[in-house]
Amino acid sequence: MKHKNLALILAAGAVFTFLYLPLVIVVVYSLNDSKLNAEWVGFTWKWYDQLFHNRALLTAARNSLMIAAISAGAATVLGTLAGMGMYHYRLKVLPALVLTPIAMPDILMGVSLLLFFIMLNMSLGLISIVLAHITFCIGFVAVSVRARMSGIDPSLSEAARDLGASPWHCFQKITLPLLAPGILAGALMAFTLSIDDFVITFFVAGVGSSTLPLQIYSMVKIAVTPEVNAISTLLMVLTLILITLTARLFPGALRS
Amino acid sequence: MKPNTARNVGSGDRWKRLLALPPMGYLLIFFAIPTLIMLFASFRYAGEYGGLAPWYGNEDGSLSINLTLENWQRLFETDLYLRLFLKSIMYALLATLLCILLGYPLALMIARSPKKHRDLLLLLVILPFWSNFLVRIYAWMIIFSPSGALTRMMNVLLATVGLAPVSLMYSSTAVIVCLVYVHLPFMVLPLYANLEKHNPALLAAAQDLGANRWRRFWDITWPLSLPGVYAGAILVFIPVLGTFAIPDLLGGTDGIMIANVIKQQFVESRDWPFGSVLSMALTAAAVLVVLLSAKMGTRRGTLR
Repeated sequence: MKHKNLALILAAGAVFTFLYLPLVIVVVYSLNDSKLNAEWVGFTWKWYDQLFHNRALLTAARNSLMIAAISAGAATVLGTLAGMGMYHYRLKVLPALVLTPIAMPDILMGVSLLLFFIMLNMSLGLISIVLAHITFCIGFVAVSVRARMSGIDPSLSEAARDLGASPWHCFQKITLPLLAPGILAGALMAFTLSIDDFVITFFVAGVGSSTLPLQIYSMVKIAVTPEVNAISTLLMVLTLILITLTARLFPGALRS
Repeated sequence: MKPNTARNVGSGDRWKRLLALPPMGYLLIFFAIPTLIMLFASFRYAGEYGGLAPWYGNEDGSLSINLTLENWQRLFETDLYLRLFLKSIMYALLATLLCILLGYPLALMIARSPKKHRDLLLLLVILPFWSNFLVRIYAWMIIFSPSGALTRMMNVLLATVGLAPVSLMYSSTAVIVCLVYVHLPFMVLPLYANLEKHNPALLAAAQDLGANRWRRFWDITWPLSLPGVYAGAILVFIPVLGTFAIPDLLGGTDGIMIANVIKQQFVESRDWPFGSVLSMALTAAAVLVVLLSAKMGTRRGTLR
């Protein structure tokens, strides 16, 4: 028995190495004082310093944060409603509408939204990006909220209603607090998905507006530079902080 | 008297029905309608300067309906696109198999480790997935680059055996490795969710009856875990089938997949009708795979 466990742990360790080694390499090279991602030359912060003087990158980062905040906010409201709707009613249309966008390859949503926006004569830019991001985030929030709904005892809100609470009062005092971890997990997911999205944004962004992933893509497409290592490392640190904060503030939110 | 349960909404709660309307309306407008528009666009003519030509009416004012099957015919005219589809499906199958191969030991290890460690181990699996998608591709661009340690080490080894040096960058190997890397968590999570529920008493009983660990695995753990394997396989296969960024950055000309051609039709050659045809065909392929594996999953389920 011990022997088998050892083999299993070794195999799993190898897979963990596979998962983390590439990211470690990115971080290490971001601190390397060489233009090439090859040999270790010496320690430097200069790539980070360059980042903060890269106008295009800073604008893209600001755009990304703004887009993610707005889309995650809107998708959280709509997704929570959809999740509750999916729990309460056996409408076949709603789950189909909510779940298919999650299951489809991203590129399909990207090109169909491009066609749609062009057909409406909408100019592509921050607004079209936000509208697209809300579309693919709703499903993830809805699934998270729907899962949380199943864990709530319905007799709680029934009791509140029997004792004379209005539907809104009951929602505010009973359902919403119980749902909160599910909503929060969904919101966090939506925010990260939005910040992270490259494929759909690529099609609906138009020429004038850039996001962080689009900017990284064009940098990488031209040349592999240590500056990309630095921005990548910063992004990883940011995500790590976000996750740790959520785990500290709301234990249980990450579990669902 | 009928109990007023959550699913059996009383007349006073009818307003709740309205709550589902905003998300439904939003997804109708921004998901269902664009998909239908794309289906429609696949029957239209391309515009002179890219985009779409008007689908009714002529320049001289006379009325006609300008729809065509030409775009769909083009898909089957040469075997170019069918081959590309087949190649993409092979890539996706290979990536899925490798994800099962790598993801299974990981999921099993987590499911069998002490309860207090499981959350942390799972978080470690998800963590790389939370770092930016392009960063994860970029990491492999460094690893596979000709000046990178991996390539140089390999070429030193190849030289000692007297073989010519090779480049990993811009090859289908690079594409597959990166596809597996990016999608591995999608396999581990459903597998873990399944494996965690297995009753350890079954394995103990099998051991008491003299089954060695291989038999215990193949006769008990593996068949019980098949629903998890299928769920993970779908979650990996479909996004992989529609990937364009990974072949775009790591694949060179050899490693392109169907989504690269879709992107090319929409962005570079601006032939939207044909791009729509390819997109609809990709949708059909994805739907077919889901239905097929759902069917296989249920058949397995009834056999047990």
